[in-house]
Amino acid sequence: MIRGGGHGSALRSVLKNVAQFIIVLATTLLGLAAVTFFIGRVVPIDPVIAIVGDRAPPQVYERVRMELGLDRPLIEQFAIYLKKAVTGDFGNSVLTTNPVLTDIASAFPATLELATLGTLIGVIIGVPLGVLAAVKRGSFIDQFVRVLGLAGYSIPIFWLGLMGLLIFYAKLGWVAGPGRIDVTYSYLYTPVTNIVLLDTAMQGQWDAFWDAFSHIILPACLLGYFSLAYISRMTRSFMLNELAQEYVIAARVKGLSEMRVIWRHALRNAAVPLITVIALSYANLLEGSVLTETVFAWPGLGQYITNSLQNADMNAVLGGTLVIGAVFVLLNLVSDLLYRLLDPRTR
Amino acid sequence: MVATMATSFSAVMAATPPDTLVQAWQMDDIISLDPAEVFELSASEILGNTYERLITYDIKDVSKISGQVAESWTVSPDGKTFTFKLKPNKKFASGSPITAEDVVYSLHRAVSLDKSPAFILGQFGLTKDNVKDKIKQTGPLELTVEVDKAYAPTLVLYCLGNSVASIVEKKVLVQNEKDGDWGYNWLKTKYAGSGPYIMRDWKANEVLVLERNPNYEKPTPLARVIFRHIKETASQRLLLEKGDIDVARKLNPEEIAAVSKNPDIQIQSAPKGTVYYLGLNQKNPNLAKPEVRLALKYLVDYQAIADTIMKYKGDVHQNFLPKGYLGAETNNPYKLDVAKAKELLAKAGLKDGFSVTMDTRSTPEIMGVAQAIQSTFAQAGIKLEILPMDSKQALTKYRARQHDIYIGNWGSDYQDPNSNADTFAANDDNSDNAKAKPLAWRNAWDPGPLTAKTRAAVMERDAEKRAQMYKELQKAVLDDGPFVLFLQETEVAAVRKNVSNFILGPSFSDNDVSQAKKN
Repeated sequence: MIRGGGHGSALRSVLKNVAQFIIVLATTLLGLAAVTFFIGRVVPIDPVIAIVGDRAPPQVYERVRMELGLDRPLIEQFAIYLKKAVTGDFGNSVLTTNPVLTDIASAFPATLELATLGTLIGVIIGVPLGVLAAVKRGSFIDQFVRVLGLAGYSIPIFWLGLMGLLIFYAKLGWVAGPGRIDVTYSYLYTPVTNIVLLDTAMQGQWDAFWDAFSHIILPACLLGYFSLAYISRMTRSFMLNELAQEYVIAARVKGLSEMRVIWRHALRNAAVPLITVIALSYANLLEGSVLTETVFAWPGLGQYITNSLQNADMNAVLGGTLVIGAVFVLLNLVSDLLYRLLDPRTR
Repeated sequence: MVATMATSFSAVMAATPPDTLVQAWQMDDIISLDPAEVFELSASEILGNTYERLITYDIKDVSKISGQVAESWTVSPDGKTFTFKLKPNKKFASGSPITAEDVVYSLHRAVSLDKSPAFILGQFGLTKDNVKDKIKQTGPLELTVEVDKAYAPTLVLYCLGNSVASIVEKKVLVQNEKDGDWGYNWLKTKYAGSGPYIMRDWKANEVLVLERNPNYEKPTPLARVIFRHIKETASQRLLLEKGDIDVARKLNPEEIAAVSKNPDIQIQSAPKGTVYYLGLNQKNPNLAKPEVRLALKYLVDYQAIADTIMKYKGDVHQNFLPKGYLGAETNNPYKLDVAKAKELLAKAGLKDGFSVTMDTRSTPEIMGVAQAIQSTFAQAGIKLEILPMDSKQALTKYRARQHDIYIGNWGSDYQDPNSNADTFAANDDNSDNAKAKPLAWRNAWDPGPLTAKTRAAVMERDAEKRAQMYKELQKAVLDDGPFVLFLQETEVAAVRKNVSNFILGPSFSDNDVSQAKKN
């Protein structure tokens, strides 16, 4: 958390905060890069095989090993990587042959789209449910939220995804199947942001938009359900904590309506820790839910990194990890800012 | 609200378009679409449908070799020079004619780039430095290829029919060349060929689109073929049954059994040139005993594996040459025989069995087979510990000869028996720092006189005699080699009934959609 200077000028405080943020970001990324890089070099997988395959003759194997710089000392390899990374060159992915940045620019938006929709669903349903469960503690609704949450924690997402497809896609036909958009529509728009819903809407391709929407809604609901399970449980416990505070009793004694007491006073205070919970849950989804992405053939970041890792495609793994690191730091910053907005004590 | 959403969704959903074939498969192995570099199964299938080569063969009988771009060819009396005459009127997708200049350029390019599959041509003594003298244009539609020894002509021809020898359009590549790279960085993701389809678009791990080549002599009935990358088999099944894809390429045995009951779906299959085997590392003193090697061959329940775990996916096969290859043996002498195995183990001084590990790639089918083998080994007192690992990790360890047993599969590089004999029956240098790493080397096995015999077989120009040599090589490996071969792969695809002429061939580059159509 960032403490304000209090008496210093506002500008100085802002500058200090910005500097602090940049330092945090830089250290996090450097640390991540170092750890990922060295782990990547000690895993018992030969990255040369990932490129040349198993059958390549020895001279081809040796040449590629040299090209990758694998014959140099580790520290030197890392220095070379960093030097290039600073200029924005994260190398090429072995598996897709594209520059890693290009790949991430296409995989990350896919995950972002899904995670954002999932988190929205989780918050819009999860927060009110958690509040209700806290207010009506021990009632039917409380039990219901408890069971819902428990199921969300314990049912494998993989299974739930397949069941969802079986029921809503195969049997009922309410939603579209795995994939981001039907091939018929996929050439109707030009990818700009690579967020399909946004691209199609901005280009007025409404048929394509609805098709994309019918593809995303099921996996988004699934991720939404999992963040809902977590968010509603946490909301409930924060709310119970607040409802037991003296200021709530005071507000009730003042004769404020129960609605006002709960939603205006208690939730406002519970919101502060809740922001962190939501940000964390969002960040988790942004890492890319590998299993969901696999079941729904969603070309997102989770699948990209997992697939790269399994093939010792270390440039791709490093690039992906750095993006996730940056996302965590950014979300941390956003939740810090929101804290200060909601809680005057932190200003 | 749900109801209105539902209707709006079903309105936008439709079956696949009538002029488009949509296939679901796993294509995360594609790393390049440049014929000089492609060595992966999925990519070689794309090349098979988008490029042409000098030579091709009948997929129903691979011994029938014919010209594809070549009209005819002759071999010089000393067996070292092949002269090819090209068919007139053949065109690239761009509309330009295919000339001997293009063919010569393509072969020079493949040898000079020296990527993974380049050895298929390089084994004939062709190198970056000499290829310009060895492969020469001798007329507008005529060229010669000179090899260093008098090889069996079919070996040379099969290799010229391999995807590495695909014909690319010189003009297009010269335009896209950068710093003397032969247009490699461009062609990796683009197209410059003459096959039935044009490769239009490839998004890694997402989709690959083929489009009809209007300049092909026999235009394809379909306007396009779309390959969607769907990793999860259950998702493939749902899409297929729903009609959102026409072909599912990667279903597991239970899913195949289930969809085969669907009246709208047909199952197609073809034996492939891939064999499954256990590699026994001869550095392990127990596995190095001949009695133990033989005992293990009696401790696999071949039929049970083929009938259950690998149902639809393979047939029992115990020789190193796949069925259909010149000289391939089809006898399978070994059966599960615990008593005999125990007797052999006792002879080796291992009456009470021994403990051994097996590096196992953690895919469902390989794990399933490994567990079946674990249980039959146990019947003779052999304690097999399965070490599950990622495939690349297992391969790294295997190539360093650090395993006890490795459960693997080997697909032929080309349709000639030498492709497999070279790896199962030959090992020129069994030392730890040997350059070449054939399967015999990986299992630290010195095949003795078999190496020389394998080398001699490629020089035998009489097909009968040559076949006989391969039969002898197979017998020797079957009797005493450190390989427990147990299965030949079958590829299965579930295809919707309205699709016809969808062809699975003996190798992945023979999987052919050029005449596929939808009714």
